[in-house]
Amino acid sequence: MQTVQRPPLPLRLLRVRPGGLVPIIALLAVLLILVAVRQPDFFAPPSLMSFLGRSAPIILLAAGQYFVIVSGEFDLSVGALVTAQVVVAARLIDSEPAHTWPVVLLLLGFGALVGLVNGLITTRLRVPSFITTLGMLLILLGAVYLWSDGAPKGGLSDEFRRFGRWAFEDVPVLGRVPYALIVLLAFAALAVLVARSDFGRTLIAVGDNPRTAELSGVRVWRHRTIAFVLSGVAAAVAAILIGGYSGVSFQAGAGLEFGAITAVVLGGVALGGGRGSVVGAMLGALSLELLFALMNFYGVSGALRSTVQGAIILLAVAVSAPRSSSR
Amino acid sequence: MSDPPPVPLLALRGIGKAFLGVRVLDGIDLDVAPGEVHAVVGENGAGKSTLMKIISGVHVPDGGSIEFAGEPRAFRGPRDAQRAGIGMIHQEFTLLPERTVAENVHLGHEPVRRGLVDRRQMLHHTRQLLASIGESALPADARVSRLGIAQQQVVEIAKALALDARLLIMDEPTAALADHEVELLYGLVRRLQQRGIGLLYVSHRLTEVFDLSDRITVLKDGRRMTTLRTADTTADELVRHMVGRELSSYYPDRADPADLGPARLTVRGGGNRKLRDVDLELRGGEVLGVGGLQGSGRSALARAVFGAAPFTTGEVTLDGVPVRLRSPRAAIRAGVAYVTEDRKGEGIVARQSVLDNALLASRAAVAARSGRAARATRIRELLAAVRVRAAGDDQEIRFLSGGNQQKVVLARWLMLSPRILLFDEPTRGIDVGAKSAIHDLVRRLARDGAAVLMISSELPELLGMSDRIIVMRDGRIAGELPAGTTEKDVVALAVGSVEAAA
Ligand SMILES: Nc1ncnc2c1ncn2[C@@H]1O[C@H](COP(=O)(O)OP(=O)(O)OP(=O)(O)O)[C@@H](O)[C@H]1O
Ligand SMILES: [Mg+2]
Repeated sequence: MQTVQRPPLPLRLLRVRPGGLVPIIALLAVLLILVAVRQPDFFAPPSLMSFLGRSAPIILLAAGQYFVIVSGEFDLSVGALVTAQVVVAARLIDSEPAHTWPVVLLLLGFGALVGLVNGLITTRLRVPSFITTLGMLLILLGAVYLWSDGAPKGGLSDEFRRFGRWAFEDVPVLGRVPYALIVLLAFAALAVLVARSDFGRTLIAVGDNPRTAELSGVRVWRHRTIAFVLSGVAAAVAAILIGGYSGVSFQAGAGLEFGAITAVVLGGVALGGGRGSVVGAMLGALSLELLFALMNFYGVSGALRSTVQGAIILLAVAVSAPRSSSR
Repeated sequence: MSDPPPVPLLALRGIGKAFLGVRVLDGIDLDVAPGEVHAVVGENGAGKSTLMKIISGVHVPDGGSIEFAGEPRAFRGPRDAQRAGIGMIHQEFTLLPERTVAENVHLGHEPVRRGLVDRRQMLHHTRQLLASIGESALPADARVSRLGIAQQQVVEIAKALALDARLLIMDEPTAALADHEVELLYGLVRRLQQRGIGLLYVSHRLTEVFDLSDRITVLKDGRRMTTLRTADTTADELVRHMVGRELSSYYPDRADPADLGPARLTVRGGGNRKLRDVDLELRGGEVLGVGGLQGSGRSALARAVFGAAPFTTGEVTLDGVPVRLRSPRAAIRAGVAYVTEDRKGEGIVARQSVLDNALLASRAAVAARSGRAARATRIRELLAAVRVRAAGDDQEIRFLSGGNQQKVVLARWLMLSPRILLFDEPTRGIDVGAKSAIHDLVRRLARDGAAVLMISSELPELLGMSDRIIVMRDGRIAGELPAGTTEKDVVALAVGSVEAAA
């Protein structure tokens, strides 16, 4: 390749690529500064660690949602899936410690299965994923209501709850390190590996131009289906953490799908696919949680959360949409 | 350098442009007189399209001045330039396929009566406009998606004229046209010229440049090398200015019939919705040219072999083994590669990097056993071998010039060392230097044992490159011609005025 003159280094570093990490890191920095001004003790190890542990589920969901969105689809079913998983886990475990691990495996399998169904209906039956996963959302919620006669039954074992609740105590410098944070780090590393693999790279190509991808030998339907499966598994892991942390209720996963989508968009991933990074998506989730924490510190009502999310999505789409005049 | 005409319609002085610190144009001077056809030529990435986009208001120059019709101008957008009287026909079309010709022509400035779009007025005006450029045969109420590419281009031109364009920019207008359609464009250009409209004409096809233009400006690496009077120069001299060296105007040697291997690909009785009774044999070491008109089934043939729109009847063998290639993936894994004619629509993933584009097929279809590092080294070698010009292999491919995008697509397939290569218009939009490099490359691949099927609408290329030529008509192979045949014979078969013995 003949390299024509490259931009000077400072310009290259500053270059804000669409889908790059610069904007989200800048946003994160601003939020951190604002928090530091208002609530300096937020950064003391105990509160910081517990904040990160609490944020783990939404970050995981954002990572899962990243794969779906970057391939050009949507997954609206993850919130309902989390709720269903928590309710199912409580009923199957029924406070019996010995049931813990089988149920954990079952939940992971269930998440994968829901993703598989979402994926196959979207790709093979050509139902728009928006509709497919909206239908899945309603089915899941209806089914768990029906199955548990309107009120969650049974209970989680302590062994199950420790993932979302316990922590490694007396860690030097950091103090308490929540299990959830370790789970998050492990899965985040996995997500980065998947995103950088041949699968991950070709998945972005699918979102960018499925025709080209198909003609280059990508099985577009299979790639997209796997993306849904990844999102389903992420929801299962998130459900395990959430169940432990906040307990069993029909509200366990309420609204998480929008949180995940907002986070992904905030992280610079293009709705419609073809652009963005999984790290960006996860940082987006962290920023969103930080923003909510900040709203809390300033005494802004929690009721405004969904308004803020909606505004972010609209803003992000407006900013990233190609302007027709530039053509 | 010739003298500028007395009253230029357009006068550029010292135009410069850089993208993120990369200089793409530097101190360009250019004049266009009313009624003049001014050709702009240069290698891929020389900056031709960028210059045209500056004139038409898409990009804002970093320096220099634009004078249009005697007034200094600084366009704030394409609409601004349109209002001033500058129309542009883009390298890629921008029509709305599901709207009628008249609606497209009046897009954004529909005639209104009592608050509603006045359709009758719109149709009437469109018909007048089409008649004025001698194209009254084109139905003003037809949907654009039903028109051929050449006709779509007429619509693009009518659209520009509807805004009273006095300067018309055509960026590779013939890249998508078959040879006989080019004739239509010639007539149109002449009529526009007679109306006193100035034309800027960007093309890689030197025949056209010499047929049509009054003057030629050569760009190289973002600078103006020279401006020549077409009557006073020769193709050789022009190429020397463009490429900076002598270039042999010959095609690489054909294969010696004795060196041809056994049949690598055979098709017996192949057919599908667009093809019938296709019998074909393609031997290792051979370049088989495919001629025919637009829509005659040339691309359908390549896509059938590649599994993108598979044969539904008939038998296919690869190296003597019967195969059913039902998807591109299956074909790729069997060693078949396909370079599509629609680069933007299905050849590139526009927002991904040069590297990601080049690696797409390798990542998708073959396991990386040899290791990722080895793969990365090899793709860099290939990108160098086909001489891609980019700011780096991490640059998004959509920012590359059209010709350089094509080279990246070629590298993608060369990575897989295919045994059968299907090329659909491989040199469309590619500059003379790179074109002969690609011709050499195709020949080298054949010599190394690959079998090549090459579709081309450019007759000199088809005749110069092929060991044999088949000509398609109405989804069938109308006939076969040996190397050394004439353009006349190919055209006769393509339009069906003779029936050759196959
Ligand atoms: N928006 C952009 N951002 C960054 N670089 C760009 C942009 N547009 C063009 N370039 C670069 O400017 C150079 C000139 O491109 P241009 O499209 O003008 O070439 P061209 O002469 O029209 O080539 P071709 O014959 O292949 O169409 C190329 O190196 C290209 O990569
Ligand atoms: Mg160009």
